[in-house]
Amino acid sequence: MADEPLIEIRALHKDYGLDGVRIQALRGIDLSVGRGEFIAIMGPSGSGKSTLMHILGCLDLADTGTYLLRGRDVSRMNGDELAALRNREIGFVFQNFNLLPRTSALENVETPLIYAGVDRQERHRRAREALQRMELGDRLRHLPNQLSGGQQQRVAIARALVTRPSLLLADEPTGNVDTNTSAEIMSVLASLNRDAGLTIVLITHEPEVAAQARRRLFLRDGRLEAHP
Amino acid sequence: MNALAALQLALRALRRNKTRAMLTTLGVIIGVAAVIAMVAIGNGAQQRIAAQLASMGTNSLVIRAGSVTRGGVRTGAGTTTTLTLADAGAIAELPDVVALAPTLRTAAQVRYRGTNWGTAIEGVTPDHVVAHSWPLAAGTFITERQLKAAAHVCVLGQTVARELFGLNNPVGETIVIKGLACRVIGVLTEKGATAWGSDQDDTVLAPLTTVQRKLMGVTHIERIEVVTSGRDASDRVMEAVKRLLRARHRLSTGQDDDFRIYNRAELAQTSEESARVFTWLLGSIASVSLLVGGIGIMNIMLVSVTERTREIGIRMALGARQSDILWQFLLEALVLSAVGGVLGVFLGLGGAAAVARFSQLPVSVTPVSILVAFLFAGLVGVFFGLHPARKAARLRPIEALRYE
Repeated sequence: MADEPLIEIRALHKDYGLDGVRIQALRGIDLSVGRGEFIAIMGPSGSGKSTLMHILGCLDLADTGTYLLRGRDVSRMNGDELAALRNREIGFVFQNFNLLPRTSALENVETPLIYAGVDRQERHRRAREALQRMELGDRLRHLPNQLSGGQQQRVAIARALVTRPSLLLADEPTGNVDTNTSAEIMSVLASLNRDAGLTIVLITHEPEVAAQARRRLFLRDGRLEAHP
Repeated sequence: MNALAALQLALRALRRNKTRAMLTTLGVIIGVAAVIAMVAIGNGAQQRIAAQLASMGTNSLVIRAGSVTRGGVRTGAGTTTTLTLADAGAIAELPDVVALAPTLRTAAQVRYRGTNWGTAIEGVTPDHVVAHSWPLAAGTFITERQLKAAAHVCVLGQTVARELFGLNNPVGETIVIKGLACRVIGVLTEKGATAWGSDQDDTVLAPLTTVQRKLMGVTHIERIEVVTSGRDASDRVMEAVKRLLRARHRLSTGQDDDFRIYNRAELAQTSEESARVFTWLLGSIASVSLLVGGIGIMNIMLVSVTERTREIGIRMALGARQSDILWQFLLEALVLSAVGGVLGVFLGLGGAAAVARFSQLPVSVTPVSILVAFLFAGLVGVFFGLHPARKAARLRPIEALRYE
C-alpha cells in the first residue's frame, strides 16, 4: 500500500458541449501522483485545467479512461460515494475562496465535519485547531467580508484540511490576491507539504507560483507534458 | 449528517434573512389563524343549533290524530277522535320509549281579577316537562294524582304569567279558564320562540283529563310526543307505534292510517347537516388563505435556492450529499410552516375570542381543529418545500460552483 500512488489516471478523456459545439477538454491524460508530492499543473486558459481539476476533485466524472484514488475506481461511484470521497479524501482551495457568505470562519471550517457526521463539540474543537494552525485563532467569529483576501484564503485552507484529507486540490489559490498575500499563501502550502507531508495538486498559470511546486506539468490541448 | 445538525443549518439560514422569513411565515400564520377562527365560528353555530334541537327534543316522534274519509269527504289532519289516552298508555309499554307526552289543545280566554288574556290551553300529563326538557321556574308540576282526579290546577308559561300577573308571583293564585277556576301551582321557565316564530311561552298547561272532561267535553287526545332512547331507535319505535295503533284502532289492510307520525330526528339531521356544511364552507374558504401562504413559502424557497446556488455548490464540494441538501432546504420550509402554524394557532385563538366578545356569535374552538390546522400547515410546508428542495439537491456540483 505504501508504494501505491495516491492518484493513478490512465487515458482520461472528457468532452463537453458548449452552445452546440463539442469541446474536447481532455484528450488522453495519464497522471500518477504519489503520496507527499507537490505538483503544479500549468496551462493557458481553455487548456482544460479546470476540467481536470473537477475530475481530480470528484466533482465531475470523465467520459472514458480510469481514475483510481487510493486504488479505488472513481468512475464507478454513485453520487453519495463521490460526496463521501470529496468529504474525506479531498480538500479544495478555490481561486475565489468560496467561503459560505455571512457565516463565521469557525462555522465555515466546521461545515465539512457536519457532512462527515462529527458531533458538535468535536467539530468545534477541530475547526478551532485548524484555524489556529492557520494563525487565525483570533478570527474565529469573523465573517468572510470582515477578513482580508489572505485571511479568507487561509480560512479556506483550514476548511480544506479539517477533515484530514489525503489530497489538497488548489485551483488558482493566488489568483485573487496581491503579490504579498500570494507569497504568504504559497508559503503556507509549501510548509504543509514539507512539514506535514500533505499531497498537493496546484493549478495555476503563474510561473512564479508554480515554481514552489516540486514537479511541474503543462496542460496543452488536453494533454499533459512535463514542464522543464 | 444527523437531524439536529440539519435543523441547525436550516435555522442558521433562516436567521440570516429574518425579515424575509417572518414575512413568509406571516402567510402561514394568517392562513392557520383564519382556519381556526372560521371553524370556531362554524362549530359555535353548530353547537347552538344542537342546543336548540336538544331543547325541542330531537329523539322524539310526534303522533297526531289523522284524517278520516266519511262519505267521500276527507277531513283535515287532527280531526279524528280515535287517538286516546289509552293508546298513549300502550305506546308507553313499547321498547325504546323513554318518555311520553300526550296532549290536547284548545284556545281559551283566561281571566285573573280584572285582566284577561287569550291563550292556548294544553292538556298534559306529568311527563310533559321530561318529554320537552322544560324545567319549572317556580312551584310544582302536575302530578299523577291531579291527572287522575282531573284537578282544577294549572301551570303557566312565562308569557301568560307576565300578561296576567306582571311581576307578581302567580303560584297559589286562582285564574279562571272558560269559567273554570284553576289554582296556579307552577310557572315554567322561558323557552322562547320556535324556529317558526310562535311563542312557546304563551300557554297554560293543565291536567289532560281536566281539559278533556271539564273544558272540552271530549275523550280523545290530539297528539302524543314520544321520546325514544336515541335517534337510531326512533325509526324502530315509529314502525312499532304504527303497527300498534293500527291494531288498536282495528284498521284493516288497505284502510288509511287514522293518525300521522312525524320523526323529529329527521328535522334535527337536516339542521345539523346544514350547520356542518356551513362549518366546512368557512373552513374551506380559510384553507385557501393557508394554501396561498404555502405558495408564498414555495416562492421564497425557490428564490432562496437560486440565490444560494453557489452555496449549494460549495457544500457539495465539501461533501454534502444530495439528501443533505434536500433536507436542509426542506427543513427550512418546514420550520417556516411550523412556526407559522404555532403562531397562527395563537392568533386564531385570539381572533375567535375577539369574535366571541365583540359579536353575538357563539364560538367554539376544538382541539381537533387546532391539530388539523397545525398538521395542515406542516403538510403545506412539505408539499411546497419539496419542489425547491429537490431543485437544490439536483444541482450539479460544478455548475452550482460556477454560478454567478
